[in-house]
Amino acid sequence: MSALFNSGIAPRQRFHRPTDDPVWLKALLVVMAFGFIAVLLLLPLLLVFREAFAGGFLALWTAITEPDSLAAVRLSLMAAAIAVPLNTVFGIAAAWSIAKFDFPGKTFLVTLIDLPFSVSPVVSGLIYVLVFGMQGWFGPQLADHNIHILFALPGIVLATMFVTFPFVARELIPLMMDQGRDEEEAAATLGASGLSTFLRVTLPNIKWGLLYGVLLCNARALGEFGAVSVVSGHIRGVTNTMPLHIELLYNNYDYVGAFAVAALLAMLGLITLALKSLLEWRYADELAAMHRH
Amino acid sequence: MSAIGLKIPLPRSRHVLPGFRLSLGITLFYMTGLVLIPLLALVIRPFSLGLDGFWNAISTPRVLASLRLSFGMAFLAAAIDSVFGFVIAWVLVRYRFPGKGLLDAVIDLPFALPTAVAGIALSTLYAPNGWIGSLLIAHDIRIAYTPWGVLVAMTFIGLPFTVRTLQPVLSELGLEIEEVAATLGATRLQTISRVVVPMLMPALLTGAAMAFARGVGEYGSVIFIAGNIPAVSEIAPLLIVTKLEQYDYAGAAAIGVVMLGASFVLLLALNGLQSWAAKRR
Repeated sequence: MSALFNSGIAPRQRFHRPTDDPVWLKALLVVMAFGFIAVLLLLPLLLVFREAFAGGFLALWTAITEPDSLAAVRLSLMAAAIAVPLNTVFGIAAAWSIAKFDFPGKTFLVTLIDLPFSVSPVVSGLIYVLVFGMQGWFGPQLADHNIHILFALPGIVLATMFVTFPFVARELIPLMMDQGRDEEEAAATLGASGLSTFLRVTLPNIKWGLLYGVLLCNARALGEFGAVSVVSGHIRGVTNTMPLHIELLYNNYDYVGAFAVAALLAMLGLITLALKSLLEWRYADELAAMHRH
Repeated sequence: MSAIGLKIPLPRSRHVLPGFRLSLGITLFYMTGLVLIPLLALVIRPFSLGLDGFWNAISTPRVLASLRLSFGMAFLAAAIDSVFGFVIAWVLVRYRFPGKGLLDAVIDLPFALPTAVAGIALSTLYAPNGWIGSLLIAHDIRIAYTPWGVLVAMTFIGLPFTVRTLQPVLSELGLEIEEVAATLGATRLQTISRVVVPMLMPALLTGAAMAFARGVGEYGSVIFIAGNIPAVSEIAPLLIVTKLEQYDYAGAAAIGVVMLGASFVLLLALNGLQSWAAKRR
Protein backbone atom coordinates (compact mmCIF):
# COMPACT_ATOMS: atom_id res chain seq x y z
CA MET A 1 0.00 0.00 0.00
CA SER A 2 2.70 2.46 0.93
CA ALA A 3 4.35 1.96 -2.43
CA LEU A 4 1.11 3.00 -4.06
CA PHE A 5 0.71 6.19 -2.04
CA ASN A 6 4.30 7.26 -2.19
CA SER A 7 4.77 6.77 -5.90
CA GLY A 8 6.11 9.95 -7.42
CA ILE A 9 6.82 11.56 -4.10
CA ALA A 10 9.24 9.36 -2.25
CA PRO A 11 12.53 8.27 -3.85
CA ARG A 12 11.78 5.51 -6.33
CA GLN A 13 11.20 2.30 -4.54
CA ARG A 14 12.31 -0.79 -6.40
CA PHE A 15 9.25 -2.84 -7.19
CA HIS A 16 9.87 -6.51 -6.77
CA ARG A 17 8.01 -8.67 -9.25
CA PRO A 18 6.89 -11.97 -7.80
CA THR A 19 8.25 -13.73 -10.89
CA ASP A 20 11.69 -12.20 -10.44
CA ASP A 21 13.90 -14.83 -8.89
CA PRO A 22 16.44 -13.62 -6.33
CA VAL A 23 19.89 -12.92 -7.73
CA TRP A 24 21.54 -15.77 -5.85
CA LEU A 25 19.09 -18.27 -7.34
CA LYS A 26 19.58 -16.88 -10.84
CA ALA A 27 23.34 -17.11 -10.44
CA LEU A 28 23.11 -20.63 -9.07
CA LEU A 29 20.91 -21.89 -11.91
CA VAL A 30 22.99 -20.19 -14.61
CA VAL A 31 26.18 -21.65 -13.17
CA MET A 32 24.51 -25.06 -12.99
CA ALA A 33 23.43 -24.86 -16.63
CA PHE A 34 26.85 -23.73 -17.81
CA GLY A 35 28.64 -26.31 -15.67
CA PHE A 36 26.52 -29.19 -16.90
CA ILE A 37 26.88 -28.15 -20.54
CA ALA A 38 30.61 -27.53 -20.21
CA VAL A 39 31.38 -30.91 -18.67
CA LEU A 40 28.92 -32.98 -20.65
CA LEU A 41 29.05 -31.35 -24.09
CA LEU A 42 31.99 -28.99 -24.46
CA LEU A 43 34.77 -31.05 -22.92
CA PRO A 44 34.30 -33.94 -25.38
CA LEU A 45 34.36 -31.50 -28.29
CA LEU A 46 37.48 -29.81 -26.97
CA LEU A 47 39.12 -33.18 -26.47
CA VAL A 48 38.52 -34.21 -30.10
CA PHE A 49 40.49 -31.23 -31.40
CA ARG A 50 43.10 -31.45 -28.67
CA GLU A 51 43.82 -35.11 -29.49
CA ALA A 52 43.72 -34.52 -33.24
CA PHE A 53 46.44 -31.88 -32.94
CA ALA A 54 48.39 -33.83 -30.29
CA GLY A 55 50.95 -34.98 -32.85
CA GLY A 56 51.15 -31.62 -34.58
CA PHE A 57 49.53 -30.44 -37.76
CA LEU A 58 51.70 -32.63 -39.98
CA ALA A 59 50.60 -35.84 -38.24
CA LEU A 60 46.99 -34.72 -38.57
CA TRP A 61 47.42 -34.03 -42.27
CA THR A 62 49.17 -37.38 -42.85
CA ALA A 63 46.40 -39.24 -41.02
CA ILE A 64 43.66 -37.61 -43.08
CA THR A 65 45.39 -37.97 -46.44
CA GLU A 66 46.31 -41.61 -45.86
CA PRO A 67 44.67 -43.72 -48.65
CA ASP A 68 42.24 -45.60 -46.39
CA SER A 69 41.05 -42.38 -44.76
CA LEU A 70 40.55 -40.77 -48.14
CA ALA A 71 38.63 -43.83 -49.32
CA ALA A 72 36.41 -43.51 -46.24
CA VAL A 73 35.79 -39.82 -46.95
CA ARG A 74 34.97 -40.63 -50.56
CA LEU A 75 32.56 -43.42 -49.61
CA SER A 76 30.78 -41.26 -47.02
CA LEU A 77 30.40 -38.43 -49.52
CA MET A 78 29.11 -40.81 -52.17
CA ALA A 79 26.54 -42.40 -49.86
CA ALA A 80 25.32 -38.96 -48.79
CA ALA A 81 25.26 -37.75 -52.40
CA ILE A 82 22.81 -40.54 -53.26
CA ALA A 83 20.76 -40.69 -50.06
CA VAL A 84 20.21 -36.97 -49.46
CA PRO A 85 18.69 -36.05 -52.88
CA LEU A 86 16.44 -39.13 -52.82
CA ASN A 87 15.27 -38.28 -49.32
CA THR A 88 14.68 -34.70 -50.40
CA VAL A 89 12.39 -35.85 -53.22
CA PHE A 90 10.61 -38.17 -50.79
CA GLY A 91 10.28 -35.42 -48.21
CA ILE A 92 8.73 -33.01 -50.70
CA ALA A 93 6.37 -35.67 -52.06
CA ALA A 94 5.31 -36.78 -48.58
CA ALA A 95 4.77 -33.22 -47.37
CA TRP A 96 2.83 -32.30 -50.52
CA SER A 97 0.48 -35.26 -50.24
CA ILE A 98 0.01 -34.93 -46.48
CA ALA A 99 -0.32 -31.14 -46.26
CA LYS A 100 -2.34 -30.43 -49.40
CA PHE A 101 -4.75 -33.38 -49.46
CA ASP A 102 -6.97 -35.35 -47.13
CA PHE A 103 -6.97 -39.11 -47.23
CA PRO A 104 -7.64 -41.92 -44.76
CA GLY A 105 -4.66 -43.19 -42.81
CA LYS A 106 -2.86 -39.86 -42.87
CA THR A 107 -2.11 -39.82 -39.14
CA PHE A 108 -0.71 -43.33 -39.35
CA LEU A 109 1.51 -42.32 -42.26
CA VAL A 110 2.87 -39.33 -40.32
CA THR A 111 3.58 -41.58 -37.33
CA LEU A 112 5.33 -44.09 -39.56
CA ILE A 113 7.54 -41.37 -41.02
CA ASP A 114 8.75 -40.64 -37.49
CA LEU A 115 9.68 -44.25 -36.85
CA PRO A 116 13.42 -44.08 -37.70
CA PHE A 117 13.84 -41.44 -34.99
CA SER A 118 12.81 -43.87 -32.29
CA VAL A 119 14.24 -47.09 -33.73
CA SER A 120 17.74 -48.12 -32.76
CA PRO A 121 20.23 -47.54 -35.59
CA VAL A 122 21.34 -51.14 -35.17
CA VAL A 123 17.77 -52.34 -35.80
CA SER A 124 17.70 -50.05 -38.86
CA GLY A 125 20.69 -51.93 -40.26
CA LEU A 126 19.44 -55.32 -39.12
CA ILE A 127 16.24 -55.12 -41.17
CA TYR A 128 18.27 -54.87 -44.39
CA VAL A 129 20.46 -57.79 -43.37
CA LEU A 130 17.28 -59.83 -42.95
CA VAL A 131 16.09 -58.83 -46.42
CA PHE A 132 19.32 -58.95 -48.41
CA GLY A 133 21.63 -61.16 -46.31
CA MET A 134 22.58 -64.69 -47.34
CA GLN A 135 20.07 -66.02 -44.79
CA GLY A 136 17.64 -63.27 -45.73
CA TRP A 137 14.64 -63.12 -48.06
CA PHE A 138 16.33 -62.16 -51.32
CA GLY A 139 19.96 -62.95 -50.44
CA PRO A 140 20.40 -66.26 -52.29
CA GLN A 141 18.67 -65.03 -55.48
CA LEU A 142 20.75 -61.87 -55.53
CA ALA A 143 23.92 -63.91 -55.02
CA ASP A 144 22.95 -66.09 -58.01
CA HIS A 145 22.82 -63.00 -60.19
CA ASN A 146 26.02 -61.67 -58.64
CA ILE A 147 24.32 -58.58 -57.24
CA HIS A 148 25.92 -57.29 -54.06
CA ILE A 149 23.81 -55.18 -51.75
CA LEU A 150 25.12 -56.01 -48.31
CA PHE A 151 28.75 -55.28 -47.56
CA ALA A 152 28.75 -52.93 -50.57
CA LEU A 153 27.65 -49.41 -51.51
CA PRO A 154 23.93 -50.18 -52.08
CA GLY A 155 23.50 -51.55 -48.55
CA ILE A 156 25.29 -48.56 -47.05
CA VAL A 157 23.09 -46.20 -49.07
CA LEU A 158 19.90 -48.05 -48.05
CA ALA A 159 20.77 -47.98 -44.35
CA THR A 160 21.69 -44.29 -44.61
CA MET A 161 18.43 -43.54 -46.40
CA PHE A 162 16.38 -45.32 -43.74
CA VAL A 163 18.00 -43.44 -40.90
CA THR A 164 17.77 -40.02 -42.58
CA PHE A 165 14.50 -40.05 -44.56
CA PRO A 166 12.37 -38.33 -41.88
CA PHE A 167 14.51 -35.17 -41.70
CA VAL A 168 13.19 -33.31 -44.79
CA ALA A 169 9.63 -34.62 -44.41
CA ARG A 170 9.56 -33.71 -40.69
CA GLU A 171 10.48 -30.10 -41.41
CA LEU A 172 8.18 -29.67 -44.40
CA ILE A 173 4.96 -31.34 -43.17
CA PRO A 174 4.14 -28.90 -40.34
CA LEU A 175 5.43 -25.96 -42.38
CA MET A 176 3.25 -26.74 -45.40
CA MET A 177 0.25 -27.61 -43.23
CA ASP A 178 0.58 -24.24 -41.56
CA GLN A 179 0.68 -22.43 -44.89
CA GLY A 180 -2.55 -24.05 -45.99
CA ARG A 181 -3.75 -24.61 -49.53
CA ASP A 182 -5.13 -21.19 -50.50
CA GLU A 183 -2.15 -19.93 -52.47
CA GLU A 184 -1.78 -23.13 -54.46
CA GLU A 185 -5.51 -23.29 -55.11
CA ALA A 186 -5.47 -19.71 -56.33
CA ALA A 187 -2.61 -20.55 -58.68
CA ALA A 188 -4.45 -23.62 -59.93
CA THR A 189 -7.69 -21.74 -60.62
CA LEU A 190 -5.71 -19.10 -62.50
CA GLY A 191 -4.54 -21.86 -64.78
CA ALA A 192 -1.03 -22.56 -63.56
CA SER A 193 0.22 -26.06 -64.20
CA GLY A 194 1.11 -28.32 -61.28
CA LEU A 195 4.82 -27.89 -61.84
CA SER A 196 4.74 -24.13 -62.10
CA THR A 197 2.46 -23.94 -59.05
CA PHE A 198 5.03 -25.88 -57.11
CA LEU A 199 8.05 -24.01 -58.45
CA ARG A 200 6.60 -20.49 -58.24
CA VAL A 201 4.23 -20.66 -55.30
CA THR A 202 5.13 -23.50 -52.96
CA LEU A 203 8.89 -23.63 -53.28
CA PRO A 204 9.51 -19.95 -52.43
CA ASN A 205 7.39 -20.46 -49.32
CA ILE A 206 9.20 -23.53 -48.09
CA LYS A 207 12.75 -22.96 -49.30
CA TRP A 208 14.28 -22.19 -45.89
CA GLY A 209 12.52 -25.07 -44.21
CA LEU A 210 13.65 -27.30 -47.05
CA LEU A 211 17.23 -26.13 -46.70
CA TYR A 212 17.04 -26.70 -42.95
CA GLY A 213 15.83 -30.27 -43.45
CA VAL A 214 18.44 -31.03 -46.11
CA LEU A 215 21.16 -29.66 -43.84
CA LEU A 216 20.20 -31.94 -40.94
CA CYS A 217 19.68 -34.88 -43.29
CA ASN A 218 23.14 -34.42 -44.77
CA ALA A 219 24.84 -34.14 -41.39
CA ARG A 220 23.23 -37.32 -40.17
CA ALA A 221 23.96 -39.13 -43.46
CA LEU A 222 27.68 -38.38 -43.20
CA GLY A 223 27.81 -39.22 -39.50
CA GLU A 224 25.62 -42.31 -39.31
CA PHE A 225 27.38 -45.12 -37.52
CA GLY A 226 25.16 -47.86 -36.08
CA ALA A 227 23.00 -48.69 -39.11
CA VAL A 228 25.87 -48.50 -41.57
CA SER A 229 28.09 -50.54 -39.26
CA VAL A 230 25.69 -53.49 -39.46
CA VAL A 231 25.47 -53.56 -43.27
CA SER A 232 28.96 -52.45 -44.29
CA GLY A 233 31.10 -55.50 -43.56
CA HIS A 234 33.96 -53.25 -42.35
CA ILE A 235 36.32 -53.81 -45.27
CA ARG A 236 39.13 -51.33 -44.75
CA GLY A 237 39.49 -48.88 -47.60
CA VAL A 238 36.49 -50.37 -49.40
CA THR A 239 33.28 -50.34 -47.34
CA ASN A 240 34.38 -48.26 -44.34
CA THR A 241 32.67 -44.87 -44.12
CA MET A 242 34.26 -42.09 -42.07
CA PRO A 243 32.60 -43.05 -38.76
CA LEU A 244 33.48 -46.72 -39.31
CA HIS A 245 37.05 -45.78 -40.13
CA ILE A 246 37.22 -43.88 -36.83
CA GLU A 247 36.15 -47.03 -34.99
CA LEU A 248 38.74 -49.13 -36.78
CA LEU A 249 41.58 -46.71 -36.08
CA TYR A 250 40.53 -46.27 -32.46
CA ASN A 251 40.34 -50.00 -31.82
CA ASN A 252 43.81 -50.35 -33.37
CA TYR A 253 45.12 -47.79 -30.84
CA ASP A 254 45.83 -45.31 -33.65
CA TYR A 255 44.47 -42.40 -31.59
CA VAL A 256 45.98 -39.64 -33.71
CA GLY A 257 44.40 -41.13 -36.81
CA ALA A 258 41.05 -41.76 -35.14
CA PHE A 259 40.83 -38.24 -33.72
CA ALA A 260 42.05 -36.72 -36.99
CA VAL A 261 39.09 -38.20 -38.88
CA ALA A 262 36.88 -37.44 -35.87
CA ALA A 263 37.98 -33.79 -35.99
CA LEU A 264 37.01 -33.68 -39.66
CA LEU A 265 33.52 -34.94 -38.82
CA ALA A 266 33.30 -32.67 -35.77
CA MET A 267 34.12 -29.68 -38.01
CA LEU A 268 31.29 -30.74 -40.27
CA GLY A 269 29.01 -30.95 -37.24
CA LEU A 270 30.04 -27.48 -36.08
CA ILE A 271 29.47 -26.00 -39.53
CA THR A 272 26.04 -27.64 -39.61
CA LEU A 273 25.28 -26.23 -36.18
CA ALA A 274 26.38 -22.74 -37.23
CA LEU A 275 24.30 -22.83 -40.43
CA LYS A 276 21.35 -24.17 -38.48
CA SER A 277 21.60 -21.38 -35.91
CA LEU A 278 21.93 -18.85 -38.73
CA LEU A 279 18.80 -20.20 -40.45
CA GLU A 280 16.87 -20.20 -37.17
CA TRP A 281 17.91 -16.64 -36.48
CA ARG A 282 17.50 -15.13 -39.97
CA TYR A 283 14.33 -16.91 -40.95
CA ALA A 284 12.71 -17.32 -37.57
CA ASP A 285 9.26 -16.41 -38.93
CA GLU A 286 9.37 -18.82 -41.85
CA LEU A 287 10.64 -21.60 -39.63
CA ALA A 288 8.43 -20.79 -36.67
CA ALA A 289 5.66 -23.08 -37.86
CA MET A 290 7.91 -26.09 -37.50
CA HIS A 291 8.75 -25.41 -33.91
CA ARG A 292 5.19 -24.75 -32.87
CA HIS A 293 4.26 -28.34 -33.59
CA MET B 1 -26.47 -18.65 -67.03
CA SER B 2 -27.41 -21.48 -64.76
CA ALA B 3 -28.00 -23.70 -67.77
CA ILE B 4 -24.41 -23.15 -68.88
CA GLY B 5 -23.23 -23.73 -65.36
CA LEU B 6 -24.93 -27.08 -65.27
CA LYS B 7 -23.22 -28.14 -68.45
CA ILE B 8 -19.76 -27.81 -66.96
CA PRO B 9 -18.63 -31.38 -66.35
CA LEU B 10 -17.73 -32.31 -62.80
CA PRO B 11 -13.99 -32.47 -62.28
CA ARG B 12 -12.66 -35.98 -62.49
CA SER B 13 -10.63 -35.54 -59.35
CA ARG B 14 -12.05 -34.47 -56.02
CA HIS B 15 -8.98 -32.34 -55.54
CA VAL B 16 -8.38 -28.86 -56.84
CA LEU B 17 -4.62 -29.18 -56.58
CA PRO B 18 -2.68 -31.46 -58.90
CA GLY B 19 -0.17 -34.12 -58.00
CA PHE B 20 -2.07 -36.11 -55.40
CA ARG B 21 -1.52 -39.47 -57.02
CA LEU B 22 2.08 -38.72 -57.93
CA SER B 23 3.12 -37.44 -54.51
CA LEU B 24 1.24 -40.07 -52.51
CA GLY B 25 2.50 -42.71 -54.94
CA ILE B 26 6.13 -41.73 -54.38
CA THR B 27 5.55 -41.58 -50.63
CA LEU B 28 3.89 -44.99 -50.40
CA PHE B 29 6.40 -46.63 -52.75
CA TYR B 30 9.27 -45.26 -50.71
CA MET B 31 7.72 -46.21 -47.38
CA THR B 32 6.85 -49.70 -48.55
CA GLY B 33 10.23 -50.49 -50.05
CA LEU B 34 12.40 -48.81 -47.49
CA VAL B 35 10.41 -49.32 -44.30
CA LEU B 36 7.48 -51.74 -44.41
CA ILE B 37 9.01 -54.72 -46.25
CA PRO B 38 12.26 -54.67 -44.23
CA LEU B 39 10.28 -54.26 -40.98
CA LEU B 40 8.11 -57.20 -41.96
CA ALA B 41 11.27 -59.24 -42.54
CA LEU B 42 12.36 -58.38 -39.01
CA VAL B 43 9.03 -59.13 -37.34
CA ILE B 44 8.57 -62.48 -39.10
CA ARG B 45 12.13 -63.70 -38.66
CA PRO B 46 12.23 -64.71 -34.97
CA PHE B 47 9.10 -66.83 -35.42
CA SER B 48 11.06 -69.12 -37.68
CA LEU B 49 12.14 -70.40 -34.27
CA GLY B 50 8.54 -70.84 -33.17
CA LEU B 51 7.07 -69.01 -30.22
CA ASP B 52 9.08 -71.12 -27.78
CA GLY B 53 12.23 -70.53 -29.76
CA PHE B 54 11.57 -66.78 -29.71
CA TRP B 55 11.10 -66.90 -25.95
CA ASN B 56 14.24 -68.97 -25.47
CA ALA B 57 16.23 -66.55 -27.63
CA ILE B 58 15.34 -63.53 -25.51
CA SER B 59 15.23 -65.13 -22.07
CA THR B 60 18.90 -66.09 -21.84
CA PRO B 61 20.64 -64.33 -18.93
CA ARG B 62 22.96 -62.44 -21.29
CA VAL B 63 20.10 -61.05 -23.41
CA LEU B 64 18.01 -60.16 -20.37
CA ALA B 65 20.98 -58.42 -18.75
CA SER B 66 21.60 -56.38 -21.90
CA LEU B 67 17.95 -55.36 -22.15
CA ARG B 68 17.88 -54.44 -18.47
CA LEU B 69 21.02 -52.33 -18.94
CA SER B 70 19.76 -50.55 -22.06
CA PHE B 71 16.32 -49.79 -20.66
CA GLY B 72 17.44 -49.08 -17.09
CA MET B 73 20.26 -46.71 -17.99
CA ALA B 74 18.13 -44.99 -20.65
CA PHE B 75 15.50 -44.39 -17.95
CA LEU B 76 18.07 -42.94 -15.55
CA ALA B 77 19.60 -40.82 -18.32
CA ALA B 78 16.15 -39.49 -19.29
CA ALA B 79 15.51 -38.58 -15.64
CA ILE B 80 18.84 -36.72 -15.34
CA ASP B 81 18.24 -34.98 -18.67
CA SER B 82 14.76 -33.94 -17.55
CA VAL B 83 16.08 -32.28 -14.37
CA PHE B 84 18.94 -30.47 -16.07
CA GLY B 85 16.85 -29.88 -19.18
CA PHE B 86 14.36 -28.03 -16.99
CA VAL B 87 17.08 -25.92 -15.38
CA ILE B 88 18.68 -25.10 -18.75
CA ALA B 89 15.37 -24.31 -20.45
CA TRP B 90 14.34 -22.15 -17.47
CA VAL B 91 17.59 -20.22 -17.55
CA LEU B 92 17.42 -19.76 -21.32
CA VAL B 93 13.81 -18.57 -21.35
CA ARG B 94 13.63 -16.49 -18.18
CA TYR B 95 17.04 -14.98 -17.50
CA ARG B 96 19.36 -12.63 -19.34
CA PHE B 97 23.05 -13.29 -18.93
CA PRO B 98 26.23 -13.08 -21.01
CA GLY B 99 26.91 -16.13 -23.15
CA LYS B 100 23.23 -17.01 -23.47
CA GLY B 101 23.36 -17.26 -27.26
CA LEU B 102 26.33 -19.58 -27.08
CA LEU B 103 24.66 -21.77 -24.46
CA ASP B 104 21.56 -21.98 -26.63
CA ALA B 105 23.51 -22.97 -29.74
CA VAL B 106 25.66 -25.55 -27.97
CA ILE B 107 22.64 -27.55 -26.72
CA ASP B 108 22.27 -29.15 -30.17
CA LEU B 109 25.84 -30.42 -30.19
CA PRO B 110 24.83 -34.06 -29.54
CA PHE B 111 22.57 -33.86 -32.63
CA ALA B 112 25.34 -32.44 -34.77
CA LEU B 113 28.28 -34.48 -33.55
CA PRO B 114 28.37 -37.94 -35.18
CA THR B 115 27.90 -40.64 -32.55
CA ALA B 116 31.23 -42.34 -33.24
CA VAL B 117 33.02 -39.04 -32.62
CA ALA B 118 31.12 -38.54 -29.37
CA GLY B 119 31.85 -42.14 -28.45
CA ILE B 120 35.63 -42.01 -28.72
CA ALA B 121 35.70 -38.55 -27.12
CA LEU B 122 33.65 -39.63 -24.09
CA SER B 123 35.63 -42.83 -23.78
CA THR B 124 38.96 -40.98 -23.81
CA LEU B 125 37.64 -38.34 -21.43
CA TYR B 126 36.40 -40.79 -18.79
CA ALA B 127 39.13 -43.44 -19.18
CA PRO B 128 41.31 -43.82 -16.04
CA ASN B 129 44.01 -41.68 -17.70
CA GLY B 130 41.58 -39.17 -19.23
CA TRP B 131 40.85 -35.58 -18.19
CA ILE B 132 37.83 -36.49 -16.05
CA GLY B 133 38.63 -40.15 -15.45
CA SER B 134 41.98 -39.38 -13.80
CA LEU B 135 40.27 -37.01 -11.33
CA LEU B 136 37.66 -39.61 -10.47
CA ILE B 137 40.05 -42.53 -10.18
CA ALA B 138 41.71 -40.68 -7.29
CA HIS B 139 38.42 -41.15 -5.44
CA ASP B 140 38.22 -44.72 -6.68
CA ILE B 141 35.32 -43.94 -9.03
CA ARG B 142 35.41 -45.64 -12.40
CA ILE B 143 33.08 -44.58 -15.19
CA ALA B 144 34.59 -45.77 -18.47
CA TYR B 145 34.21 -49.51 -19.12
CA THR B 146 31.48 -49.85 -16.45
CA PRO B 147 27.66 -49.50 -16.67
CA TRP B 148 28.09 -45.87 -15.53
CA GLY B 149 29.85 -45.16 -18.80
CA VAL B 150 26.66 -46.22 -20.57
CA LEU B 151 24.77 -43.72 -18.41
CA VAL B 152 27.16 -40.87 -19.29
CA ALA B 153 26.85 -41.52 -23.03
CA MET B 154 23.04 -41.80 -22.89
CA THR B 155 22.79 -38.59 -20.83
CA PHE B 156 24.97 -36.86 -23.43
CA ILE B 157 22.86 -38.00 -26.34
CA GLY B 158 19.48 -37.27 -24.71
CA LEU B 159 19.96 -33.74 -23.38
CA PRO B 160 18.86 -31.77 -26.47
CA PHE B 161 15.52 -33.60 -26.53
CA THR B 162 14.45 -32.43 -23.07
CA VAL B 163 15.74 -28.87 -23.46
CA ARG B 164 14.27 -28.38 -26.93
CA THR B 165 10.84 -29.72 -25.96
CA LEU B 166 10.60 -27.61 -22.81
CA GLN B 167 11.93 -24.34 -24.24
CA PRO B 168 9.01 -23.34 -26.55
CA VAL B 169 6.36 -24.45 -24.04
CA LEU B 170 8.00 -22.53 -21.22
CA SER B 171 8.26 -19.35 -23.28
CA GLU B 172 4.59 -19.64 -24.27
CA LEU B 173 3.57 -20.10 -20.66
CA GLY B 174 3.86 -16.41 -19.85
CA LEU B 175 4.35 -14.81 -16.47
CA GLU B 176 0.69 -14.00 -15.74
CA ILE B 177 -0.16 -17.37 -14.23
CA GLU B 178 2.76 -17.16 -11.85
CA GLU B 179 1.77 -13.61 -10.92
CA VAL B 180 -1.74 -14.80 -10.17
CA ALA B 181 -0.36 -17.57 -7.98
CA ALA B 182 1.81 -15.03 -6.16
CA THR B 183 -1.07 -12.58 -5.57
CA LEU B 184 -3.13 -15.46 -4.22
CA GLY B 185 -0.43 -15.94 -1.62
CA ALA B 186 1.59 -18.84 -2.98
CA THR B 187 5.27 -18.90 -2.21
CA ARG B 188 7.70 -19.09 -5.11
CA LEU B 189 8.36 -22.76 -4.44
CA GLN B 190 4.64 -23.53 -4.34
CA THR B 191 4.14 -21.63 -7.59
CA ILE B 192 6.84 -23.66 -9.32
CA SER B 193 5.84 -27.05 -7.95
CA ARG B 194 2.05 -26.64 -8.05
CA VAL B 195 1.57 -24.39 -11.09
CA VAL B 196 4.55 -24.34 -13.42
CA VAL B 197 5.64 -27.99 -13.30
CA PRO B 198 2.09 -29.38 -13.79
CA MET B 199 1.60 -27.04 -16.75
CA LEU B 200 4.87 -28.25 -18.22
CA MET B 201 4.15 -31.91 -17.51
CA PRO B 202 3.21 -32.93 -21.07
CA ALA B 203 6.38 -31.29 -22.41
CA LEU B 204 8.50 -32.75 -19.62
CA LEU B 205 7.20 -36.25 -20.31
CA THR B 206 7.52 -35.81 -24.09
CA GLY B 207 11.13 -34.73 -23.79
CA ALA B 208 11.89 -37.53 -21.35
CA ALA B 209 10.26 -40.12 -23.62
CA MET B 210 12.26 -38.90 -26.60
CA ALA B 211 15.50 -38.98 -24.62
CA PHE B 212 14.59 -42.45 -23.35
CA ALA B 213 13.83 -43.75 -26.85
CA ARG B 214 17.11 -42.38 -28.14
CA GLY B 215 19.03 -43.82 -25.19
CA VAL B 216 17.54 -47.31 -25.48
CA GLY B 217 18.58 -47.60 -29.11
CA GLU B 218 21.84 -45.68 -28.91
CA TYR B 219 24.88 -47.51 -30.22
CA GLY B 220 27.74 -45.37 -31.51
CA SER B 221 28.33 -43.12 -28.53
CA VAL B 222 27.90 -45.95 -26.02
CA ILE B 223 30.00 -48.86 -27.27
CA PHE B 224 33.37 -47.15 -26.89
CA ILE B 225 32.89 -46.06 -23.29
CA ALA B 226 30.92 -49.13 -22.14
CA GLY B 227 33.71 -51.69 -22.28
CA ASN B 228 31.10 -54.19 -23.48
CA ILE B 229 31.57 -56.85 -20.81
CA PRO B 230 28.85 -59.49 -21.44
CA ALA B 231 26.02 -59.33 -18.87
CA VAL B 232 27.66 -56.32 -17.18
CA SER B 233 28.10 -53.41 -19.57
CA GLU B 234 26.87 -54.87 -22.84
CA ILE B 235 23.92 -52.93 -24.32
CA ALA B 236 21.18 -54.66 -26.30
CA PRO B 237 22.04 -53.10 -29.70
CA LEU B 238 25.60 -54.37 -29.35
CA LEU B 239 24.34 -57.86 -28.60
CA ILE B 240 22.35 -57.72 -31.87
CA VAL B 241 25.59 -56.94 -33.71
CA THR B 242 27.42 -59.74 -31.89
CA LYS B 243 24.71 -62.25 -32.78
CA LEU B 244 24.81 -61.13 -36.42
CA GLU B 245 28.55 -61.65 -36.49
CA GLN B 246 27.95 -65.20 -35.25
CA TYR B 247 25.37 -65.66 -38.04
CA ASP B 248 22.62 -66.09 -35.43
CA TYR B 249 20.13 -64.10 -37.53
CA ALA B 250 17.04 -65.32 -35.68
CA GLY B 251 18.57 -64.53 -32.28
CA ALA B 252 19.53 -61.04 -33.48
CA ALA B 253 16.05 -60.53 -34.92
CA ALA B 254 14.44 -61.62 -31.63
CA ILE B 255 16.22 -58.84 -29.73
CA GLY B 256 15.46 -56.49 -32.63
CA VAL B 257 11.74 -57.26 -32.36
CA VAL B 258 11.73 -56.51 -28.63
CA MET B 259 13.44 -53.17 -29.27
CA LEU B 260 11.14 -52.37 -32.18
CA GLY B 261 8.14 -53.14 -29.97
CA ALA B 262 9.48 -50.74 -27.37
CA SER B 263 9.93 -48.07 -30.07
CA PHE B 264 6.34 -48.51 -31.19
CA VAL B 265 5.01 -48.26 -27.65
CA LEU B 266 7.06 -45.10 -27.11
CA LEU B 267 5.88 -43.63 -30.39
CA LEU B 268 2.25 -44.25 -29.40
CA ALA B 269 2.92 -42.79 -25.95
CA LEU B 270 4.44 -39.70 -27.59
CA ASN B 271 1.39 -39.31 -29.84
CA GLY B 272 -0.83 -39.62 -26.79
CA LEU B 273 1.22 -37.01 -24.95
CA GLN B 274 0.95 -34.69 -27.91
CA SER B 275 -2.84 -34.84 -28.00
CA TRP B 276 -2.91 -34.44 -24.21
CA ALA B 277 -0.81 -31.30 -24.54
CA ALA B 278 -3.04 -30.03 -27.36
CA LYS B 279 -6.17 -30.57 -25.27
CA ARG B 280 -4.75 -28.62 -22.35
CA ARG B 281 -3.80 -25.63 -24.45
